Amino acid sequence: MSYWQEALLILGMMAVTFGVRYPVLALSGRVRLPTWLVRALGYVPVAVLSAIAVPIMLAPQGSIALTMANEYLVAGIVAIVFVAFTRHLLWTIVLGMAVFLALRFLT
Amino acid sequence: MNSHSAASEFWSGARDTIPVIVGAIPFGIIFGALAMNAGLSVVATMGLSLIVFAGSSQFVAAGLVAQGAGIVVIIFTTFIVNLRHALYSASLGPYLSGKSQRWLMPLAFWLTDETYAVVVQRYARDDGSANKHWYHLGSSVAMYSNWQLCTVIGIVAGTQLKGMADWGLEFAMVVTFIGIVVPLLRSLPLVLCAVVAGGVSVFLRDWPNQSGLLVGSVVGIGIAMLLDNGSAKRSVKEPAKGAPS
Repeated sequence: MSYWQEALLILGMMAVTFGVRYPVLALSGRVRLPTWLVRALGYVPVAVLSAIAVPIMLAPQGSIALTMANEYLVAGIVAIVFVAFTRHLLWTIVLGMAVFLALRFLT
Repeated sequence: MNSHSAASEFWSGARDTIPVIVGAIPFGIIFGALAMNAGLSVVATMGLSLIVFAGSSQFVAAGLVAQGAGIVVIIFTTFIVNLRHALYSASLGPYLSGKSQRWLMPLAFWLTDETYAVVVQRYARDDGSANKHWYHLGSSVAMYSNWQLCTVIGIVAGTQLKGMADWGLEFAMVVTFIGIVVPLLRSLPLVLCAVVAGGVSVFLRDWPNQSGLLVGSVVGIGIAMLLDNGSAKRSVKEPAKGAPS
């Protein structure tokens, strides 16, 4: 990315971030968000984060790789199982990274 | 000294934010390193933390830059990822009604998952304090300063360890998202939302500039809303311990 593109990226991200945080804060004493919108917003984190993470896990090189040799998939599954039981974010990251790096460099 | 004075509220806001700051430290550092390895400059990496200040969308942006996504897609994804802040704003707004722009603008800029989680409890505590917005400010400033410090550490780590790109840092992003999403999957619509959004974006992964993930997200949200149509009871979902903003 050139410096101009970086500047454009940062300004754009700033605009949409502040644009989400500020107007509702300033107006919410007076304006109510429609119920359907509030419901949809509740699903946003799950949808977006899954849409980003799943393709990297299943197809890290571009083509779908459902094999034990795909360290993204194996370490990802280990992390999913671990966090489902412990619900501890930090240890999940540590364990997931450890499994991933072990598979990548020791096999 | 009055325990509800502006200064004492400010400091208790900062102090009560320390536990969630501890959780945010690794993310700040990983963000810095990830952004450097994605090919962003030091200025841009620091700029994201200083003037965007939105942990998870900074993460996402760094990951998308590494995958060659277009600027418009990254900005739009940032918008989608940050939409949940509108929920926080809607919740905090009534407590700040009547405050001047001098207060509203910085508090809106500094709004994060962590600060929201801490200050909403303070606002709800009915002890007659007229300076709860100072508590809000203290939490915000503590969170912001820590995020800058961690970004600097991450930038240094990312520059010193040149081979880090080969370590698969994008997996740090994947595992972070897994850690945030899985504990949220507490109902069938939420599980389907994750599966559909993930599945659709796998199929659309070759779309230009990663635009398939936006379609995947929208389809996932749509399916989930169709499914829970009627089951009205809903609370704002709490993120896992130490989730980034």
